[in-house]
Amino acid sequence: MDVSIRNVRKEFDRFPALHNVSLDIHSGELIALLGPSGSGKTTLLRLIAGLETPTDGSIYFGPEDASLKSVQERNVGFVFQHYALFRHMTVAENIGFGLKVRKGNDRPPNEQIRKRALELLDLVQLSGLENRYPNQLSGGQRQRVALARAMAIEPRVLLLDEPFGALDAQVRRELRRWLREIHDTTGHTTVFVTHDQEEALELADRVVVMSQGRIEQVGTADDAYDRPNSPFVYGFIGDSSTLPVRVENGEIWLADRTVGLQVNDVPDGNASLYFRPHDITLLDGCGGCIAGTVATSRRVAGTRRVELEVGGSQHRVEIELPIEHVAAERSRIAFRPTRWKVFPDAQDSTA
Amino acid sequence: MVLEATHHMSVADDLSAGRAEKIKPRDGKRPNPVSESFGAKVALTGLALAFLALVLLLPLLAVFVEAFRKGPAEFFLSLNDPDTFSAIRLTLTVAAIAVPLNLVFGVVAAWAIAKFEFKGKAFLTTLIDLPFSVSPVISGLVYVLLFGAGSALGPWLKSYGIEILFALPGIVLATMFVTFPFVARELIPLMQEQGTSEEEAALSLGASGWQTFWYVTLPNIKWGLLYGVLLCNARAMGEFGAVSVVSGHIRGLTNTMPLHVEILYNEYNFVAAFAVATLLAGLALVTLVLKSILEYRYGDEIAASAKH
Repeated sequence: MDVSIRNVRKEFDRFPALHNVSLDIHSGELIALLGPSGSGKTTLLRLIAGLETPTDGSIYFGPEDASLKSVQERNVGFVFQHYALFRHMTVAENIGFGLKVRKGNDRPPNEQIRKRALELLDLVQLSGLENRYPNQLSGGQRQRVALARAMAIEPRVLLLDEPFGALDAQVRRELRRWLREIHDTTGHTTVFVTHDQEEALELADRVVVMSQGRIEQVGTADDAYDRPNSPFVYGFIGDSSTLPVRVENGEIWLADRTVGLQVNDVPDGNASLYFRPHDITLLDGCGGCIAGTVATSRRVAGTRRVELEVGGSQHRVEIELPIEHVAAERSRIAFRPTRWKVFPDAQDSTA
Repeated sequence: MVLEATHHMSVADDLSAGRAEKIKPRDGKRPNPVSESFGAKVALTGLALAFLALVLLLPLLAVFVEAFRKGPAEFFLSLNDPDTFSAIRLTLTVAAIAVPLNLVFGVVAAWAIAKFEFKGKAFLTTLIDLPFSVSPVISGLVYVLLFGAGSALGPWLKSYGIEILFALPGIVLATMFVTFPFVARELIPLMQEQGTSEEEAALSLGASGWQTFWYVTLPNIKWGLLYGVLLCNARAMGEFGAVSVVSGHIRGLTNTMPLHVEILYNEYNFVAAFAVATLLAGLALVTLVLKSILEYRYGDEIAASAKH
């Protein structure tokens, strides 16, 4: 089921949570909504489900306008952050609930509901636990039951809110892989919300990076990591260092020195230079480079992380050096980024 | 819980085992560092028990002793009186009307307060507590002012043949007013803690609003609800002040059991007064026993619906 979000705006008590968001989700896709808290990702998910009504704009499921329909009519599978399992029902009753509450001819007979529940329990690898109550399950098991319950109604879209947020790291990794497998087997169009970039980049076909109620970038993990299109995405995904620079005639200047990098799509004026700590090359002399003195040096796994104080204003940037490099304190290091991007500073204060 | 407890115990065992090797074992009786001394425990417990015995148990015993002072025969004889029967019937009728109505309105009010955000919510919450903070006599007087001969509503209703004051409707209204908070007060914190996510889950699975309430909300609050109803019922049958003002004390017609006890006592008919009082006290005891049985039998489920 294709899902199309068109110019959706959402305000809570006049406080805007989403500003004119548009997004196309393709049928069968596994998509991640990634952003810090308060970025509007959960609001967007709840709008797709119908648990919130948009202030403006509409949401299409295939050709039909789903925003006119209630949450019951939308037929979505929603997995809640804390699972929201029905605490007084057994696992099997939880999974069968969506079928049990159907009306008239749509409601399957009881034994068929039970059979379907057991099949799904098998799919989520929890066979034998059908008579347990939610408080007798571990966090990871509850998560699986919540997913089975959502899939029981054969939803058109599967929506997961921070699916692994409440689990410990080990279980998280395991369930992540398992969710990907389930998705590949069942082929549901799936949207999940996360603030964990590793989770989003590893699991999703495409990642939607959100910030302050806006979509910053939509793309594959490679797009988001290698070709960030905004300072926010550069800063949010992966490590990055930034320096205030000046662009003049396509040449990048750091204070009164040229860095030795050229741009042609950035207007003259103040700008910010972004690069990743490991995308640098060390230089000996400095006829066009960034030079600084070592402030701190830390060993991180197989590399050495060095913080440099650059220029008179003493901006700090982080770079990664091979272990062999001594990087003694107060010593001088010159380098130039190999992959980088320059974003012009906003001309006015509105952005 | 059980798992945690054993886990802690095993850690404690390890610790004490490790220490036992270094320090000389002292026959296992070390004082618990976070507990009071034995003397303090005994003194505190004894004080509490003595107080309870004096204030609660002694009066209760006195009621039964007085009722049976002239022997069981006189006890049953004094109960066998048409006015007493009518008082019992009226009390049961009032409870049978007031308690179910308060059950429904209590659930509705708790639902609204716990699950929705709306303007005036804080005001409504305060309003629910009003009957607890107002003297019952005032509650009765309010109805006299509303429906009395000098009011606008009273004569108008009377012209249609509807009597509120000094009749069943007035007693029911006054009882409802006084007992309203019990159900709602019991449910609001429970429902607030449980939140709305299970309801949202039910809706997303296609359940209608009614199905969601019936299959999800109600089972989650059933124990709290039962508590509230029990307390509400006990108070509804025992209410004196508010009912006294609106009832008019018409023997055999508008006398409830508590009012009847007072009338009998004022007439120096002590055995009969205490005999009816034993019925009320018995009711209170039955309520307590039922509550304890519920807690004992379904303690786990009550805990489970409070937590998760």
